[in-house]
Amino acid sequence: MSILVDKNTHVLVQGITGREGSFHTQQMLEYGTKVVAGVTPGKGGEKVEGVPVYNTVKEAVRDAGANTSIIYVPARFATEAIYEAADAGIKLIVCIAEGIPTLDMVKACYYVKLKGSRLIGPNCAGVISPGKTKIGIMPGSIHKEGNLGIVSRSGTLTYEVVYNLTKNNFGQSTSVSIGGDPIIGCHFIDILELFEEDSETKAIVLIGEIGGTDEEEAAKFISSKMKKPVVALIAGKTAPPGKRMGHAGAIISGGTGTAEEKIKTFQKFSIPVAESPLQIVDLVSSVLDERG
Amino acid sequence: MKIYEFQAHKIFSKMGIPSPRGEVAKTAEEVKQIAEKLGRPVAVKAQVLVGGRGKAGGIKLAPNPEEAYRVAEKILNFKLKGVLVKRVLVQEALSIKKEYYLGVTIDRAKKRVVVMVSPSGGIDIEEVAKISPEKIFKLRIDPLLGFKSYEANELALALNKDKNLVKGIANILFGLYRTFDEMDCSLAEINPLVVTEEGSLFALDAKIIFDDNALWRHPEINDLRDLDVEDPLELRAKEARISYVRLEGNIGCIVNGAGLAMATMDLVKHYGAEPANFLDVGGGASSEQVGKALDIVLSDKNVKAVLVNIFGGITRCDIVADGLIQALSKREMNLPLIIRLTGTNEEEGRKRLKNVKGLFLAATMDEAAKKVMEVVKR
Repeated sequence: MSILVDKNTHVLVQGITGREGSFHTQQMLEYGTKVVAGVTPGKGGEKVEGVPVYNTVKEAVRDAGANTSIIYVPARFATEAIYEAADAGIKLIVCIAEGIPTLDMVKACYYVKLKGSRLIGPNCAGVISPGKTKIGIMPGSIHKEGNLGIVSRSGTLTYEVVYNLTKNNFGQSTSVSIGGDPIIGCHFIDILELFEEDSETKAIVLIGEIGGTDEEEAAKFISSKMKKPVVALIAGKTAPPGKRMGHAGAIISGGTGTAEEKIKTFQKFSIPVAESPLQIVDLVSSVLDERG
Repeated sequence: MKIYEFQAHKIFSKMGIPSPRGEVAKTAEEVKQIAEKLGRPVAVKAQVLVGGRGKAGGIKLAPNPEEAYRVAEKILNFKLKGVLVKRVLVQEALSIKKEYYLGVTIDRAKKRVVVMVSPSGGIDIEEVAKISPEKIFKLRIDPLLGFKSYEANELALALNKDKNLVKGIANILFGLYRTFDEMDCSLAEINPLVVTEEGSLFALDAKIIFDDNALWRHPEINDLRDLDVEDPLELRAKEARISYVRLEGNIGCIVNGAGLAMATMDLVKHYGAEPANFLDVGGGASSEQVGKALDIVLSDKNVKAVLVNIFGGITRCDIVADGLIQALSKREMNLPLIIRLTGTNEEEGRKRLKNVKGLFLAATMDEAAKKVMEVVKR
């Protein structure tokens, strides 16, 4: 088992003929992902890395059986791509694009939910279930099959943590990058809920950062609803208020969203917080030991 | 992106939100002239992009033009919360009966636009939220329907039952929401909205923050930008598509990815040093980008050592190493440089960097952060 994706995930790449889209299609295929279709309006009938390209998502669903979509189109067109995927009945939509206007995401998230679909991102690295499938831009080679669930607002910081875990023989069941924007499709809680139910996942690593209150909500959820152990890492202790630290969502505003506050909340609920990405390995090791 | 109060007042007035009469001045003499023209007591308000300016002494009342001249002399060209005051807004002073808070922003957790009002206006809304949250009325907006007139009416009634005022407040709420929605804001706020003794409504203060991600579809907003107050290095970084925020410390940081960049700064601090900046070179970490990042970091004269932390993922470490070598070969480096390179093909990457002079190679982030501390202490 894994969450969100598995060997039966049939992937559609929206924006497959673009530079990013075609490069990552090749990378995903190499990892073993079942990429069954691509969509670029006006380029139907072409092929990219042997994958058939369609003009519309509806065609890709009907003719190629796609059930999950990954969106590589630029920010300006990405919300339209999300709408099209949800409208065509795609159940899992992963949006990589960075820089989508916040108000567009408010509408898009609402629409996706209305259609009964699930959105991961935007501004995220995607989802990988090691050994099964990779739907995203993360390097597949640093992952390893195993029992840890990873959920993170970041990209490279997640790779850093995963890399350290793999090197120390802690494999992953699924790693989900939920995105660095203020409005995202899935919050920590949505993913933690899935990990709690997943038989393969034994412990979870949560990687948070400054901005918003998603980490605080997650801490409450972990302490009241979860039996599996969770360890955390929060980035941005040195971030000054009012400055956007790269990610649109990583900003301390009006005194809320500080790393201190988030760490304090985790500690209040007895959830271990690492001082550095490397220390995550020790924390994981000790919570797994405790549970036998 | 933040704009000045006087700019926000102009936008509000286009949206039908009344502001007190007033004009912007750059000299005390201009302030006096405006006060004379207004023919009433005035408020002289520093125009800065930092919050809490009232408490810091950036707003002064003056009963006559002479006094206005005097207070302006004490505000103009002085620093307020670390920022030089180049302009003041001279507004007619009003006889205030009541002060309300009106604001529109994003509720991240609920993924909705939220319209907020409070009868406790004129003070920091975060304070109100902490001390008496029951005094804040929030309404989350349906993303497809938008803000409805009955909702504006309900919120106005929560502030005031006087039927002569309810309609006026509801209209102002509408104007505020329209501003937020049509101009892609992340905050549109009136604090306070005042009711005068005569029973009129005015936005005494005006605050707008625009969503950076949506600026491309509002070219007119770019004209409001005050390039003089923006950090020149931050502007240069923006042109190079590098995320850079200057800080107070002396360890220059160059990292790929925002989350890893923050984690690197945290670790530098953890080992007792202070980061000089946040810097995310973006995806790929090509030699060109790393080179530009080096130039920016080295332009900060506070920097005493540079820590480069790159995770080579899809871009392999050997290629990143070549990029680094190329970037370094074109520049004179007099400062210690600590490089930590991890990820795909890291052995090969490190092998290539081994023979480069003046480089410290670190195997882990912890080692790099400790090393940089050592070097700076020396």
